[in-house]
Amino acid sequence: MFHSIDVKTLLPVGAENSAAGLDSTRPKDKRDLVFVNMGPSHPATHGTLRALCALDGETIVAAVTEMGYLHRGFEKDCEVHTFQQVIPYTDRLNYVSAIMNNVGFCKAVERMLGVKVPERAIYIRVITSELNRIIDHLVCAGANLVDMGALTNFWYTFNVREKVYDILEKLCGARLTSSYTRLGGLSRDVYPAFGDEVRAVLREVQRSVEDVMKLIAKNRIFLDRAKGVCVVSKERALAYGWTGPTLRACGVEYDLRKAEPYYHYEDFKFEVPVGTRGDVYDRVLLRFYEVEESIKIIDQALKKLPKGPVITGDKRVALPPKQQTYGNIEGLMNHFKIIMHGICPEPGEIYDSTEAANGELGFYVIADGGKNPYRVKCRPPCFMNFAAFHEMIEGAMIADAVANLGSINIIAGELDR
Amino acid sequence: METAILVEKLKARHPDAVLGSTDRYGTLEIQVDRNSIDRLVETLRADSELSFNMLVDLVSIDYSAYPGWTGDRFGLAYLLKSLALGHRLQLKVAVPEEEPVVPTLSHLFANANWLEREAFDQMGIRFTRHPNLKRLLNHHEFVGHPLRKDYPITRRQWLSANESLMDEMEVRLKEKGYE
Repeated sequence: MFHSIDVKTLLPVGAENSAAGLDSTRPKDKRDLVFVNMGPSHPATHGTLRALCALDGETIVAAVTEMGYLHRGFEKDCEVHTFQQVIPYTDRLNYVSAIMNNVGFCKAVERMLGVKVPERAIYIRVITSELNRIIDHLVCAGANLVDMGALTNFWYTFNVREKVYDILEKLCGARLTSSYTRLGGLSRDVYPAFGDEVRAVLREVQRSVEDVMKLIAKNRIFLDRAKGVCVVSKERALAYGWTGPTLRACGVEYDLRKAEPYYHYEDFKFEVPVGTRGDVYDRVLLRFYEVEESIKIIDQALKKLPKGPVITGDKRVALPPKQQTYGNIEGLMNHFKIIMHGICPEPGEIYDSTEAANGELGFYVIADGGKNPYRVKCRPPCFMNFAAFHEMIEGAMIADAVANLGSINIIAGELDR
Repeated sequence: METAILVEKLKARHPDAVLGSTDRYGTLEIQVDRNSIDRLVETLRADSELSFNMLVDLVSIDYSAYPGWTGDRFGLAYLLKSLALGHRLQLKVAVPEEEPVVPTLSHLFANANWLEREAFDQMGIRFTRHPNLKRLLNHHEFVGHPLRKDYPITRRQWLSANESLMDEMEVRLKEKGYE
């Protein structure tokens, strides 16, 4: 049996991070450093991100990050498309949990329009959003564990993710780019066996979380790689505008579903897990706890799921049923108006946000009375996380930087827009 | 805090800075003189009754194509949130085309550094005393500011060499004590 000696306590640990310098009294000389680019195209960066690291031995003493490799002008594109046409673009922001982006954008525009979304649509939005949160967290944690060499967890989390995607595919015809919401509701109702299939998949999710926990909870390698690595204080996290799991891992209990409830989140019983140290360990574990809370929410929402339409009857925003379009002139004109003239909110500016898998996903939308948004600004939650990345890895080792990058879940699609 | 009290309080502290206020779908917007934005945000952050401790986002806007617009060409919306008190606020700054310059907030909020770089990159608004006002989303050889309304969406540019990043690295190494 090994004694549980923490090797790091034997070394002169730097004040802020785990990796130890060989001799802290040695004068700092630039000629001792080696400069290494991590990324932009590297398996461990999970997307095109770049960090230029100055290394002293294996320790990163200074780092500079660069983003924008996946910048494709989302915000400019929004300005030349109608409000409805923006919805498929939002799929490509955080493509790991696309429905949450659909919901975030539609919720902002619906508030501008003053449209009331039917109750059934709201509950289905909650269910599908929480399903997306589950797979987002499983992808993040699974991939992160692979980066630390724990490949088996990846199969456990990705297997069940495939099964969630099977449900989403039946629901909206697409696995990744769902475009499931419409202004005023949803593109279609759920299929008859939806509830049973979701419950069945949730049992598998629960099992996969338990399996992974069995593999990592007492795993010496994982604990050494994650505990006390790349610690972020509460104060720094707030200064960087962190939200979501990364902020909660630092010990700040802030979740928009509780702080500014929307979509009846105040009626669901669920906890907001909070970390204590703000290290890689907290950020990984917290996601598994959140998955379990999402399971509870979905379970309650399925029980409460009301009957009724899934899209508003408001003729300004919802297409008429096809019998109307092809059967009478009013329906045809209604259809024509919405397709050709678009949906035109009153001039105004709105900021609206939802709690997406990564944190506060916000949309600042400006309408000028026309069919296209005048300006859309997306607030991607992982933008704030990546802004702090260089600070987090300074003092750590390259291997820590890899573990850390996975734990803050940077999705290049929403980071670079 | 009641929005009227908040506005009065700010007016009392910074009589020249507060130009007016509007309700934006339930969120208070205060129009602020652009040269006073840093002082005002400092108050909003430090005052314990306000404690706006999070800069949620910074939105740059080009109003030049907005129907019937007569004000300054550019605008900046600062979205603030207080986690302790749970309230939100947005500050709006008008920025003229001839002199698109605004004081930086990067000494108050760490994320303002990148948010302001994005506003500079996309809209061409400059921030005085910003430590590193470089492009963020677009390539460093890119010419123009794509979110301005007069930048055509179909314009393509040939961008070739990647950036060494050593300019930023030199600064960072100096901060870390390497000469």
